Amino acid sequence: MTSKRSLTPYLQVTPLALVLLVFFIVPIALVLIVSFFRYQMLVGLTPDFTFDNYLDVLTNPTTWRLYFSTVKFTLIVLALTFVIGFWIAYFLVFHIRNLLVSIGLFLVCTVPFWTSNIIRMISWRPILGKEGLINQALLDSGVVAHPLTWLLYSDFSVVIAYVHLNTMFMIVPIFNSMARIDRALLEVAVDAGATRWEAVWNIVLPLSKTGIALGALFVVTLVMGDFFVVSVMSGGLSGSATTGMFNDLQFLNYPRAAANAVILLIVVLLIAAGIFRLVDVRKELVR
Amino acid sequence: MKTSSGRRPWTFYALAAFFALFVLFLYGPMISVLVLAFQGPSGALDFPLRNPSLIWFAELAHPKGTGDVIGAFNRSLPLALIVMVLSVLMSVTAGFAFRRRFHGATLLFYTAVASLIAPGLVLSIGILVMFRFLDLPAAWYSSALGAHLSWALPFGLLIMFAVLGRLNPSYEEAAYDLGASRWRTVRDVVLPIVFPGIIAVALFGFTLSYDEFPRTWLTAGTKNTLPLEIWTMTTNVTSPALYALGTVTTIFSFLLIGLALGSILVIQRRRSAQR
Repeated sequence: MTSKRSLTPYLQVTPLALVLLVFFIVPIALVLIVSFFRYQMLVGLTPDFTFDNYLDVLTNPTTWRLYFSTVKFTLIVLALTFVIGFWIAYFLVFHIRNLLVSIGLFLVCTVPFWTSNIIRMISWRPILGKEGLINQALLDSGVVAHPLTWLLYSDFSVVIAYVHLNTMFMIVPIFNSMARIDRALLEVAVDAGATRWEAVWNIVLPLSKTGIALGALFVVTLVMGDFFVVSVMSGGLSGSATTGMFNDLQFLNYPRAAANAVILLIVVLLIAAGIFRLVDVRKELVR
Repeated sequence: MKTSSGRRPWTFYALAAFFALFVLFLYGPMISVLVLAFQGPSGALDFPLRNPSLIWFAELAHPKGTGDVIGAFNRSLPLALIVMVLSVLMSVTAGFAFRRRFHGATLLFYTAVASLIAPGLVLSIGILVMFRFLDLPAAWYSSALGAHLSWALPFGLLIMFAVLGRLNPSYEEAAYDLGASRWRTVRDVVLPIVFPGIIAVALFGFTLSYDEFPRTWLTAGTKNTLPLEIWTMTTNVTSPALYALGTVTTIFSFLLIGLALGSILVIQRRRSAQR
């Protein structure tokens, strides 16, 4: 806009920078510091520089089992939300001819996001429970003789809840990317003899990669960092990468919880960095 | 697929059916909770609905076994409003700063992104430890407010990027060339284009805070916010009062979304009427 150098942008970002400093950088730095402290029963924390907490966490087979389970959930949920999000966005952008209808249906998809996540989790109970709607229907029609117990409080219901809660994070950025694609490109492709599928594969998919990357970033980090969905929807049967942290906190073992937190943070940031390497999200956003 | 007239291809019907299923998946469970909230005195947490009544809503107003729902709401609402106002002010101004070059822009951007994706529980531990070190009590208006802002602000910033990306600088240049003052340009050119985005930031700020659980769990101190109260209820309360609470909070959210979207619509209409 203006080429003259001024103080204005610095003043404009100061509040944001301050909040991030006080409520993000400092707390994370403290987590890092505390993770090297020593914890003693009844005494509490003693400042130290020990790797014991990390050794403790990393040599515990439970940690590896929980991380494996979290990664499994993350990959399943990522695949499902991507497939659903991509085709829903594709339908809204390329199949709905009226812009107002398209925006209206888009809102229909996003409105539940603005309601309470906990209520949305609980709401699966009358559907999937032992006496829930699905079991009632299956029993009444004689498909099964006994109610299915794996519908609720199982890995199945955990995945259902993740997809239910997080698909929005795929739909919105992919929708945003697709809306910017020039329709003429598709017409040219079809005129040049491409099938509908080829046009999707060679034009729509590559041009929505920013949206897909952003969506993946959200879904991966939300699932990796989750504790509450897993514990509610599995009925306490499954854990997640955060379970160890949660248990340590209950015993006020802050150093080990902090070590756990640092490991999780590193894993999440590495995944995010990987995604950012594939797609320069910022350049695409600002453009 | 891309032609604007003519017969719809079969893929349209396949995807329309898929879309309908997805909407059912999104809303079905919510509707069942809405219905079961009206369960009669003898009714259970599952279908069928027996002797529909309002007793579970009445129980919410007179908390005996259900906990302090109203007190929790009286904390959650002001917290969400503060987060909303601050995230609008801060992310809108910061969004404008990012349109120019300044030192540290990239660093600040990636810090904001890191803040957005850092697991809520990790951040909560950090904020809790920070308050312990400073010997301050954790409370909804201090530690929880900060925890909510560190997630609502980067979200607001991303929305502002998307909105400001559509604001072509040549519009402002044109206004200046025609002799408009700086303030006039902001008021008549920039704001009308950016306003729907500002409402989006406000709505996000409010709901991210109002519904936030992981970031509040450790940072709210001794008094619960509404999501924490609901969380406690899920483990203690085994009556449809839980569904009644779910219904009330969902209706509240819907009213708010309606208000936000309605005001965007009114503004758009007024703007097109002016032309």
